[in-house]
Amino acid sequence: MTYAKPAFRHPDAKTNEVGCTRRDYEGGLSTLCAGCGHDSISAAIIDACYELSIEPHRVAKLSGIGCSSKTPAYFLSGSHSFNSVHGRMPSVATGANLANRDLIYIGVSGDGDTASIGMGQFAHVMRRNLNMTYIVENNGCYGLTKGQDSATMDTESVSKKGDINPYMPIDLVRVGIEIGATFVGRSFSGDKAQLVPLIKAAISHRGFALLDVISPCVTFNNHQGSTKSYASFRDHRDAMPVDFIPRREAITTSYDAGVVHEACMHDGSVLRLQKVNEEYNIEDPQSALEAIAHHAKEDRILTGLLYIKRDSEELHDVLQTAAKPLNTMTQRELCPGSRFLDSINAGLR
Amino acid sequence: MQRKQSINDFVIKFANVNGTGSASANGMFAKAIFRMGIPVSPRNIFPSNIQGLPTWYEVRVSRDGYLGRRGGIDMMVSVNPQSFAKDISEVEPGGYMLYDSTKPLDLRHVRRDIHYLGIPLTEMCLREYTDSRQRQLFKNVIYVGALSALLNIDFSILKDLVGEQFKGKEKLITPNIHALEMGYQFAISHFECPLGIHLKAGEQVPQHIKEFDHILMDGNTAAALGAVYAGATVAAWYPITPSTSVVDAFEKYCRRLRIDPGTGKKNYAIVQAEDELSAMGMVIGANWSGARAFTATSGPGVSLMSEFLGLAYFAEVPAVLVDVQRAGPSTGMPTRTQQSDILAAAYASHGDTKHVLFFPATPAECFSMTVEAFDLAERLQTPIIIMSDLDLGMNEWMSPPLEFDDSYRYDRGKVLSGEDLEAMTERFGRYLDVDGDGIPYRTYPGAHPTKGAYFTRGSSRDEYAAYTEDGDVYVRNMDRLLKKFETAKSLVPEAKIKPAAEPTQDALLFFGTTASPAYEALETLEKEGIHLDTLRLRSFPFTQEVEDFIEEHDRIFVIEQNRDGQMRRLLLNETNVEANAKLISVVEYNGLPVTARKIASVIRSHMGINNVTPLVPKEKELVS
Repeated sequence: MTYAKPAFRHPDAKTNEVGCTRRDYEGGLSTLCAGCGHDSISAAIIDACYELSIEPHRVAKLSGIGCSSKTPAYFLSGSHSFNSVHGRMPSVATGANLANRDLIYIGVSGDGDTASIGMGQFAHVMRRNLNMTYIVENNGCYGLTKGQDSATMDTESVSKKGDINPYMPIDLVRVGIEIGATFVGRSFSGDKAQLVPLIKAAISHRGFALLDVISPCVTFNNHQGSTKSYASFRDHRDAMPVDFIPRREAITTSYDAGVVHEACMHDGSVLRLQKVNEEYNIEDPQSALEAIAHHAKEDRILTGLLYIKRDSEELHDVLQTAAKPLNTMTQRELCPGSRFLDSINAGLR
Repeated sequence: MQRKQSINDFVIKFANVNGTGSASANGMFAKAIFRMGIPVSPRNIFPSNIQGLPTWYEVRVSRDGYLGRRGGIDMMVSVNPQSFAKDISEVEPGGYMLYDSTKPLDLRHVRRDIHYLGIPLTEMCLREYTDSRQRQLFKNVIYVGALSALLNIDFSILKDLVGEQFKGKEKLITPNIHALEMGYQFAISHFECPLGIHLKAGEQVPQHIKEFDHILMDGNTAAALGAVYAGATVAAWYPITPSTSVVDAFEKYCRRLRIDPGTGKKNYAIVQAEDELSAMGMVIGANWSGARAFTATSGPGVSLMSEFLGLAYFAEVPAVLVDVQRAGPSTGMPTRTQQSDILAAAYASHGDTKHVLFFPATPAECFSMTVEAFDLAERLQTPIIIMSDLDLGMNEWMSPPLEFDDSYRYDRGKVLSGEDLEAMTERFGRYLDVDGDGIPYRTYPGAHPTKGAYFTRGSSRDEYAAYTEDGDVYVRNMDRLLKKFETAKSLVPEAKIKPAAEPTQDALLFFGTTASPAYEALETLEKEGIHLDTLRLRSFPFTQEVEDFIEEHDRIFVIEQNRDGQMRRLLLNETNVEANAKLISVVEYNGLPVTARKIASVIRSHMGINNVTPLVPKEKELVS
């Protein structure tokens, strides 16, 4: 494990629109196992934020408990971060977002944090369509407590000890589409080409964006017989390539084959992706669920942007909150003063 | 048979069926007495049920201005056959029983030592109304009309109250007044009016009542107004009796005061969470981000919020929680009152945690302490729990009017703004004790492009918020948190100490809703020559004056509404006084507010005065 970060900065490092280099989006050194999929996801978040030219301090990072939830320490050290309670990140994110709607909220969770202890909050934050990006670093096991199966572990997947998982897995993307997430993607920590544009699109999406990222646990769940190992996932995966073209940039990428779908996001950026077939309409939840189920039946895992609802009401729209962040309201704006209290008193006599 | 005689001093209890509209008629009865300028304290004693089970409303009229429960019933208004046997047994000898005489009295339970007033309520309604709901609702209005004659209630006040209640629904006014008149006329023509117990306006009231132009209000509404005045912008909650009306009232006032008339946009956000865990998580997230946020709950909610309360204590995030206590443990008696969350709240969560608690005793204090709680939560960067209870929160109390000083400014605590950070030359240390009071400086997310960002976590960290498992650093942080708790002692509401008329080594110590019956018991005992100093606790941690008070007395009766004497235990735990022998528990935990008679009688027995005739006769003596 690396224990020191070089202070060297390349003098000619490229800067983005807000004058930041990629280094400005990095965080502390990771303390996760060498080769952990989570570190690749942190790197993808760094790339996405750099490429989107987000000012680091305009981001708030939130997490629960577990290996995944440690990772906000490893990217965007210029952002405030809240490593909260196991399975309860969604509520803390909700409160923070209600207080200040102007920040970008990135939540990082794991499969234990989301699909077991946090299933209730996960469901309800999606139902409320909170404007945030919610990344699940999904490795099918509890790493910090040494490899117990999690609720996303596939039936009959074999644990490192040799036990066969008898339970049904919870498929987070299907849950997300059913319950009301308005942007649902699945990706793989080992596929930066797909993951970075997906994260960029998720951040640009207005509403709740769920990214279920398969991220193998090199220590406890990367052996033969595990369905969440690097090898197994690579073999069983059907990827739908994704491109994200920020506002005002020319569209240059082109796909050779397949069905190309273009979607204009609310901020003017364009999402471009290649679907698995003509019939699949990613803006229709039923179509998305069918495509996911169809692949699962064939023992394939569909990745890419699986579902998007572009025009939806996020929580602030529903609550009709003022455009000005609530945490900037002053006593003058909020306190009715003694004269109103006199009228209250009078009404109670 | 002797009939009870008393002017402006009696207890009347209404025995109704839940969901039959009795609450508004009974409320009108109490409000009319209040309007006559006579001290009154009404209490709902209700079941955990929406419709069908017995429910009671106890109204105490006290010319001496005592607002706690006295104990004993002078008059029962019995309109529920289900609870008739129990209700009739509660009336004191010489008392009165108003009942629905449409059907004959159940002779098995009839007593000869009370006076009966039969009104054929059902029959009158059947004759007068065709609609079945009206037949039910107007029974209540008719007996209020009858009571107006029997007890001497100013009829014009009742008419005014009907007008106010149905403002905007004018066509309901005439039938309601007609029902009142039917009851009034029936009473005048069938009974000798007024009864021996009755009301008289213009009588002398004690100084502490005369001092203020009182209002009649419940504590939950007052706490909600406190949150409005404190500038709370985020409320997250999960419905639970008896706290629900806190957020309901907050929403009501926000709708009136916090919606921009131009855009229709709201300067507040209220979220009904999926559970209490989530409610507290949202409150913590919002406070972390610099909005004033709060929640309200009751015992089971406190249990669920405990993990988050520990996080907020350790990660140093402000939060305000209104705990409207009810009878526990577990679901307990959800619609009955207690002060039994004291230890659960003071030490909520695992590890070494302690929380600041406030103990309001009146609606005016629910208001002022809620305003203060938001300041102190931000000043101390920690949760503040306002320990109300069902009796205070859900019942209407005569209270001094709510007051707000327009020159007062919010204290947002130690927060570094973008400008502060810009001007700062030294490195920002989120958990650095710069001022020596244990309270560090905080920043809101997004405050500055390059300075002030930090990592909030529930795990151990150093002064610069960097993760560490270094035991020495952990201890340093835990000790600073303790120092901060010491600082809190100088900031929390001080205890109210009242010396007895004569020097004494004995004292009463109480808090919250126990205060009213305790002060009453004190005056009763004083007349008997028993003198006690008093201390009303208003907060935890305990201040030096509390320790001194315990030190100075030989015997201190700690009065509280729970089984285990939780406040006594907290005092033993959290003061440096050797007090185990001198703190004597006086407890009531049957779910009803403790009565003045009970307090007085327990203290008498401790004083060795055993030959006192009990004020409440035993049940078997009542039934003849």
